[in-house]
Amino acid sequence: MRMLSNPSNMNSLKTSIRQGAVRVIGSLFLASALAPSAFAAGVTIHFLGDSDVGEGGKWTKQVAQEWAQKTGNTLAYVSRPNDASQTLQQCQQYWAARSGDVDVYQIDVIWPGIAAPHAVDMKKYIKADEIAQYFPAIIKNNTVNGQLVGVPLFTDAGILYYRTDLLKKYGYDAPPKTWEELAQMAKKIQEGERKEGRSDFQGFVFQGKASESITCNAVEWIYSYDGGTVISPDKKVTINNPNAIKALETAKSWVGTIAPAGVTTYGEEEARNIWQAGNSAFMRNWPYAYALGQDPKSAISGKFDVTVLPKGGDNGKNAACLGGWQLMVCKYSKNPDVAADLVKFLCSPEVQKKRAIDLSQLPTRPDLYKDPDILAKNAWFKNAEAVLNNAVARPSTVTGADYNQVSTAIYQQSNSVLSGQTPAKQAVAQIERVAKRVLH
Amino acid sequence: MAAKEIDLQMRQRRLAWFLVTPAVVIVIMIIGFPMFQVIVDSFFHKKADLSVPPTFAGLSNYQFILSDPDFWSAFVVTLIFTVCSVVLESVLGLIVALIANSDFKGRSVLRVAILIPWAIPTVVSSKIWQWMFNDIYGVANVVLAGLHIIPNKIAWLATTATALPVIIAVDVWKTTPFMALLLLAGLQLIPGDLYEAASIDGATKVRQFFSLTLPLLLPTLLVALIFRTLDALRVFDIFFVMVGNQAGLLTVATYAQQQLVGYLDAGMGSATSMIILIIIMVFVVLYTRFSKTSFE
Repeated sequence: MRMLSNPSNMNSLKTSIRQGAVRVIGSLFLASALAPSAFAAGVTIHFLGDSDVGEGGKWTKQVAQEWAQKTGNTLAYVSRPNDASQTLQQCQQYWAARSGDVDVYQIDVIWPGIAAPHAVDMKKYIKADEIAQYFPAIIKNNTVNGQLVGVPLFTDAGILYYRTDLLKKYGYDAPPKTWEELAQMAKKIQEGERKEGRSDFQGFVFQGKASESITCNAVEWIYSYDGGTVISPDKKVTINNPNAIKALETAKSWVGTIAPAGVTTYGEEEARNIWQAGNSAFMRNWPYAYALGQDPKSAISGKFDVTVLPKGGDNGKNAACLGGWQLMVCKYSKNPDVAADLVKFLCSPEVQKKRAIDLSQLPTRPDLYKDPDILAKNAWFKNAEAVLNNAVARPSTVTGADYNQVSTAIYQQSNSVLSGQTPAKQAVAQIERVAKRVLH
Repeated sequence: MAAKEIDLQMRQRRLAWFLVTPAVVIVIMIIGFPMFQVIVDSFFHKKADLSVPPTFAGLSNYQFILSDPDFWSAFVVTLIFTVCSVVLESVLGLIVALIANSDFKGRSVLRVAILIPWAIPTVVSSKIWQWMFNDIYGVANVVLAGLHIIPNKIAWLATTATALPVIIAVDVWKTTPFMALLLLAGLQLIPGDLYEAASIDGATKVRQFFSLTLPLLLPTLLVALIFRTLDALRVFDIFFVMVGNQAGLLTVATYAQQQLVGYLDAGMGSATSMIILIIIMVFVVLYTRFSKTSFE
């Protein structure tokens, strides 16, 4: 039971609230005189956003502070773990305690089912014609029993990064169309580069860590080999099929050959570190790595491009795991109106445009994909439609609040297959067992 | 006279109760009540966020856990970890304690220095070790491959076969000082004249160790062993930080955490906690049995 609440976390949170309160009272007189705002100015909004260890978090924190200054409120930024699975556990502890300590949460695309009981219906704050400006598919994903749980902040899709200079050097004029082709190319480049003395050079890096990260990768492999989406939208468990087994076996064949054996312990950042140091020919990752890689200080700036992930064999499909983050106002917040104003600000076209330019994260408003400033910085956004068209959702809508249980089965089993500890056949049977128990 | 004595006894007893009551109330509130709650919850289907009203489950939570292959794998991992780490820590801790107990220059510096690994928060040291065992950048691979001790870099934390020994080694590194400190306290209780007498009788140093030191240290050693075994059976932080929720590397405590925090399943989490409690009780009984027979 003692794991239920994390006393040190809660304590530091409480202290920071207390400190915040003192500051608020102090600034209340000033703020109420200076900022003629529609709502009571000068409250503190606690915002649990991206981990501020990474660029995304630092950026979000800064932009949210701008909102606070403009509206005369105070913003307290609550950082989160880098790992999405661990972030969910942190959020769930706040929600289970009915805590109003955090007002705005940045939630993953797969959590609306889990978060719905603790969220304010955003339809109260955003009119129907405004909602229509977002991608309908994301709005549909974020709507649980008619309640709009979160406003789409940015969307995500798994993409293939490839080194244009190395492909040219080894005589390839186009990125791989199939996983088989990718494996061949990666092998040739890796052998060649290692012969030139770069003994740590890898053909391909991706996310194999036993966490939500590998769930996204596995869903892509399985779908690309026409192995379905683990659970079909009409609630049939489909994972136990020969194509899914073939997909997992193919991924296993990369480990220790074209990918480092330790890839089964890599999350997004571990993979990106290798890639951005110039030590990998291919990488599967989310769009955020694009801006970081094109930074003038990066070792691979101007030497890479991105495309859709390969098909599973000639008859397979392109797949891109649908990701993305939403902003949710907590039901237990004492200032939901002010919190909703922060959400609207961060999701506005202006801030989304700035996000797309600074962080290369995909906007949730289709209109922005035609914006010349955004396209000038991220040329590949004009193909983003093709990527998003191939988007595969993780089975979170059908499993709702129990999604985490299914995802745990997917990530533990596929990680175990990749590290050679479980045969793929046995792994899919175990995922099937858990999924059926959850759906029963 | 007699009546007065009884009256005094009564008053004293009343005073005793009065003095003890606050402590009893606090114990009931912070240990008794949560414990009772866990026992009750373990028989219910209950979500920790109460999003669904709890329903009575009978023994089905226990049934599920005991038939779950993941739980048994966690059980085996926990046992291997406990046995290996406690044995290694005891032997190494004893050696360190013997060294720290002997007279030499800089003894007090050494006594402080050996405590450093124990003083670093486990989460921090686990993260440091995780980086040291990183497959590409980690210092372990760079050194071992550089000296040609291993032909290729090893992904230490990727599979159970290599990750478990690494984790045991980290725990030994961290907890040996604790063991050494406990045993050092025991060593200092042994009077020095016993060794003088033994030397006069012509006993060798080795004989002195096995006939004097070890038997006299046994009570301290047993207490230290109980402490460490119970701690090791509940191990959570090292595994959670170094390998996360990797299948095949769950311990019973990370299994319980996954049920309770990951799935918000208070029923299953409580049932797992009860099973951990029972496992620990078995070890406590074994130790007390052993200590009784060895002291009589």
